[in-house]
Amino acid sequence: MKLFRDTWLVFGRATQLLLRNPVWIIVGIVQPVLYLLLFAPLLKPALGAKTNAEAYQVFVPGLLVMLAIFGALFVGFGLIAELRAGTIERSRVTPVSRGALLLGRSLRDVMSLLVQAIIITVLAIPFGLSVRLGDVLLAYLLLGLIAMFCSAVSYAVALKVRSEDALAPLLQTVSQPVLLTAGILLPLAFAPVWLKNVAKWNPFSWAVDGVRALFNGDPGAPAVWKALVIIGVLTVLAVFWAARSFARSVR
Amino acid sequence: MMIETHGLKKSFRSRQGRDKKAVEAVRGVDLAVEPGEIFGFLGPNGAGKTTTLRMLATLLEPDGGQATIAGVDLRRDPGEVRRRIGYVAQGGSTWDESTAREELVLHARMYGVGKAEAQRRAAVTLEAFQLTEYADRRCKTYSGGQRRRVDIALGIIHQPKVVFLDEPTTGLDPQSRAHMWDEVRRLREEGMTVFITTHYLEEADALCDRIAIMDHGQIVAEGTPDSLKQEISGDVVNIGLSDTTRASDVLGSAEFVRKLETTDNGVRLYVDEAGTAIPLILRALDGEGIALGTIELHRPSLDDVFLTKTGRTLRES
Repeated sequence: MKLFRDTWLVFGRATQLLLRNPVWIIVGIVQPVLYLLLFAPLLKPALGAKTNAEAYQVFVPGLLVMLAIFGALFVGFGLIAELRAGTIERSRVTPVSRGALLLGRSLRDVMSLLVQAIIITVLAIPFGLSVRLGDVLLAYLLLGLIAMFCSAVSYAVALKVRSEDALAPLLQTVSQPVLLTAGILLPLAFAPVWLKNVAKWNPFSWAVDGVRALFNGDPGAPAVWKALVIIGVLTVLAVFWAARSFARSVR
Repeated sequence: MMIETHGLKKSFRSRQGRDKKAVEAVRGVDLAVEPGEIFGFLGPNGAGKTTTLRMLATLLEPDGGQATIAGVDLRRDPGEVRRRIGYVAQGGSTWDESTAREELVLHARMYGVGKAEAQRRAAVTLEAFQLTEYADRRCKTYSGGQRRRVDIALGIIHQPKVVFLDEPTTGLDPQSRAHMWDEVRRLREEGMTVFITTHYLEEADALCDRIAIMDHGQIVAEGTPDSLKQEISGDVVNIGLSDTTRASDVLGSAEFVRKLETTDNGVRLYVDEAGTAIPLILRALDGEGIALGTIELHRPSLDDVFLTKTGRTLRES
């Protein structure tokens, strides 16, 4: 009960500060829209798709997963700014639930991702994207879990390294191979066998397959439940790790 | 006792190149702070003051020792300690883009208070700290002194029994510092116990009822500022006169003089307390008909105390 109340409190505060930051509006909304408008048209010939609609059907799920990963993976930078301002320490001397310090922030990150995802989905419809409501909601659940996982990891790492100078190269080093072996921008159907084998070890490649299956109107595909299980378990582990980092004394 | 500690300890692992080495930041601190006191923790940077404070404020787990704060065992029930204390960190605690009112309401609510009550408390506290005028501006527009007042207001919004202030006046101009001292005294008047760290001698001297001097992770002296000063050397009286030989004879044997030295232009006396010694000195010299040129008294400062206890001055360390 206290956890819910405190999470709501931290969520409200985090959301308020997000809305006060105009950079987020620009980067968070304009950028994905540009991807949609400027990058997707290249894909039709590249994918050998017969219609624009077919290209969007492949590209939009990948774009959404990419946003979920990258939007959430870099939230740690904001936390380091908060550590420096002293607002985290200020929270930690109050009896506020330590889990809420993480959950409130991560749920804010999930919400911001879902807003982006809805905008992109709606904008893609005139280009020929078609998806059933139930499927898209399940896809959003999966995307929300991805965002939760990445944001929790990002906060935990940020609490560990405590400096932008260390966090930036660390996240870059990890995220680049993850992105390339997840089949996000182009499906791994084109990949050689060895690359497909590497991709099997990348949980996000499972997630991308799951979201694509849902956008194809195939919620019963094994890729869907496998993605939910893999990402769900990872999310739970990451949330526990990060919540513990908030509880632990730092420095 | 409002705060009582026994053998409080903390060490950190630090890495120098390849070698890992434990640094003992706090090496067994015993403290006893009475309710309603302003208790000062004086020492140079790196003495372990902040580490001790962070342990008492539940932010850092001690490696050893015990502490009871406002009647609650620190190590057994840190959650309950948090409810009873306030803590104001050295580096500030406000977010640039938030307003003072938003910060105060949020902070009050983190103690489990409802929204309406939190808003009411924020308004009262803003008024008490003379911040109402700026309450709805963003914190980044505040002066250093205003921002520091918001920090303190945040630390006491839940009416704690004890408030820990970590170097609250560092970086403030003299006027804001004097203002801050008034705020701290006001907290005591409201019945709070104030535990304050500082590396300013004048601050410890002017503000604190009792102080502990810390150096290299240990407490080297404790007492009221006056008793500490008396304990080490008493007062010094410099007397300018020409007939040093006779003056030395007369004063050297006097009971109230601890020690006498002759100087280039007179004598120097070490006495317990200059206030009572000076009339006696004057009478003794007058009785023997010795002419007196000048008289000058020097009271020891806390820096002299620090020098005696640690072998160096606070200003140079």
